Amino acid sequence: MGDCTAAIAAEVAAAAAAGRPLYIVGGDSKRHLAGRDCDGGNLSVAAHTGVIDYHPRELVITARAGTPLTQLRATLAAERQCLAFDPPDFGGRATLGGTLACNLNGPARPWRGSIRDAVLGVTLVNGKGETLRFGGSVMKNVAGYDVSRLQAGALGTLGVVLEASLKVLPVPEHSVTLRYDMDIDDAIASMNRRAAEPRPLSGAAWIDGALFLRLSGAESAVRHTAGLWGGDTLADADAPWASLRDMQLPFFGGDAPLWRLSMNASSPATDSFGPMLIDWCGAQRWVRGEPHVASLQRYASHGGGHATLFRGGDRAGEVRAPLSSVEQRLQTRLKQAFDPAGVLNPGRLYSWL
Amino acid sequence: MNAPLAPVDRDTLLRRLADILAAQNLIIDAEGQRPYECDALPLYRDLPLAVALPETAEQAQAVLRTCHELGVPVVPRGAGTGLTAGSMPHPEGVLLCLSKLDRIVEIDPLGRTARVQPGVSNLAISTAAAAHGLFYGPDPSSQIACSIGGNVAANSGGVHCLKYGLTVHNILALKLLTIEGEELKIGGRALDSPGLDLMALLTGSEGLLAVVTEVMVRLLPIPETAQVVMAGFASVTDAGDAVGDVIAAGIVPAGLEMMDRLAIQAAEDFAQAGYPRDAEAILLCELDGTAEEVAQHGATVAELFRARGATSLELSRDEAHRQLLWKGRKSAFPAVGRLSPDYYCMDGTIPRGQIASVLHEIQRLAADYQLRVANVFHAGDGNLHPLILFDGGDPDSVRRAERLGEDILRLSVRAGGCITGEHGVGIEKLNTMPDQFSPEELAQLEDIKAAFDPALTLNPGKGVPILKRCQEYRALPGRHTHG
Repeated sequence: MGDCTAAIAAEVAAAAAAGRPLYIVGGDSKRHLAGRDCDGGNLSVAAHTGVIDYHPRELVITARAGTPLTQLRATLAAERQCLAFDPPDFGGRATLGGTLACNLNGPARPWRGSIRDAVLGVTLVNGKGETLRFGGSVMKNVAGYDVSRLQAGALGTLGVVLEASLKVLPVPEHSVTLRYDMDIDDAIASMNRRAAEPRPLSGAAWIDGALFLRLSGAESAVRHTAGLWGGDTLADADAPWASLRDMQLPFFGGDAPLWRLSMNASSPATDSFGPMLIDWCGAQRWVRGEPHVASLQRYASHGGGHATLFRGGDRAGEVRAPLSSVEQRLQTRLKQAFDPAGVLNPGRLYSWL
Repeated sequence: MNAPLAPVDRDTLLRRLADILAAQNLIIDAEGQRPYECDALPLYRDLPLAVALPETAEQAQAVLRTCHELGVPVVPRGAGTGLTAGSMPHPEGVLLCLSKLDRIVEIDPLGRTARVQPGVSNLAISTAAAAHGLFYGPDPSSQIACSIGGNVAANSGGVHCLKYGLTVHNILALKLLTIEGEELKIGGRALDSPGLDLMALLTGSEGLLAVVTEVMVRLLPIPETAQVVMAGFASVTDAGDAVGDVIAAGIVPAGLEMMDRLAIQAAEDFAQAGYPRDAEAILLCELDGTAEEVAQHGATVAELFRARGATSLELSRDEAHRQLLWKGRKSAFPAVGRLSPDYYCMDGTIPRGQIASVLHEIQRLAADYQLRVANVFHAGDGNLHPLILFDGGDPDSVRRAERLGEDILRLSVRAGGCITGEHGVGIEKLNTMPDQFSPEELAQLEDIKAAFDPALTLNPGKGVPILKRCQEYRALPGRHTHG
């Protein structure tokens, strides 16, 4: 547990001077996930760990990027608080920095927000080796551009995140999970109708022929809603969600390429790409294998979204949906603004970035 | 460094704009421009070369292309309710006013989204969505007037953002125009995007990076019921501690507002909401959700306030009573305005635990400057709104008010907070940016600006101080600031 800020900044500055690309590593749980292969030399933030500041009454925790999620969760749980975005912890190896870089979020994301939504401030080293702080540890801060949230999903291409301050939430008092046998079309319609009701919904997934709805919040409200909505109540309200979050379900097993579709929650399902698993009330969908990529992107784009080759497959080619020429130009310029020598995770997000 | 551009040929510019816009949508006379000379911070005012009021995104695009070609600065403006002079016109530029793009394009009840043009008012979205049992979360106090485009530029919050988040948490897609007049679409109906998160960067960018022409917002189900717990306290310390007690109990209220003695008196004179006049501070805590949840949490909050020594306590009995309790809070700014010829609204955010000590320090500073300060603010998220009472007709009073304001912002930074929670930097807070950011951090912000607007002609002289690049021509001439 320690502060490696100076060493990391020096390493980036030296790499920038030499034009030597770096690949940022924390717990090394996501090297083959989310982004393209990147052949930079390892820049490890794994030793840069520790909770720096945590006052439960402020609902804010600040920790170094190498801090394992399991440690953050334990610290928060002792105060009956939690990371509302409930990210996957990849067998205990996932760190705060990697989770932010990949913008990875669990099943409650549509209702309780993402890590991108929760981040209040970051300290980062830009591609020039400068240590910079943006945002802060208060709930609202609009001074300067929102560089903190920009790091979510940037896959380390704009800076090496060293610290992040996150808004945290109380652990819901009570949770119940309801199960319904249902086909995928009815499930999508049903979960979206339920989401439009003012009820404490905190999870909606369709897994292998069954719709799962989770209710979380004040015990009185959860029980009352469960009574209204019927279905089979699971003995362990958390079980399906933990294995969904950590990709431990049989659907996620094996080596076949795993595609993630992020799209309109209420878009119709399709059977064109084989079996589908639905999370986030329909806004996150998973398929396996080697679909016709252009058709898959078309399906996602028709639903106002995009498809990503999340794991496996050809990770030397593009793994994300193409951007418009205007957006690509702006993203290229933005990358240059943060990392003029192009040494931070080059090519990890897109081949041209 | 960029060479200064040649002075604008005003006649050429106006002739080109007249080809794009109908005569009534191009204002070039000083009298007609007067309503556009400032936003809601009238300390800063100026007139542009022209006010352009496009009726379509295509017209806005043509205006931008023309200005880009001629090297003319463009200042975007929504409803003009901003509090930082962020949309004050540039004397050698065009004020691009988006207020006529005011159409709600589409509401999707099942997908729970609304697609609207930037000039639609914040409240109009919730009003239109109500037929489907839905509403739009962020609710700045100016919501009757302020536009969604301006909300995006400011990353607006409001009373309910403690629970429902800021603008950045509630928008899904944007259509924008770059300074070159190119269309940029970002986001969609998905909850994230494939590349760098430009949505996060553009939200709250104060019209410095691009011009918003369409917004898709997320809609939320209208809560079944809501209740307000109002409590008076004998000290701001007790009230500040009570705020922490609510959070520590695991309750996230829909809103948690605080008013100090001066604000209570003013609001009570104005609205007769039934606030305790003998209290040093009151808290208004709104709980919403299902009937069971509200009943459970309302009882818990009342008990916490009692335990913290509340000198008075009231739970709203019905919807009319709830509205009455809020009426005092909602009219607090104009009510305080009646106490003095002018007031100046500050916007620092601090850790909740520092509320009492910062409020005491503000009163001490105010005494030093011989000014009165009333406090009405979002206690739940630590977002202070000290209202400095001053006399705009007295230059010395204006100067003292501005200095007190800057001291209060620096105090917020020292307390672990920031200079602006929701109003933005604009022109008003440019001087205090170096209190919050190092030179390297300011240079990084400047590089972001240049990535979107290399010539620095979009809303120049606002938001981020420009230090590295020459901005001689585009910066605001000194005469437009004062004091």
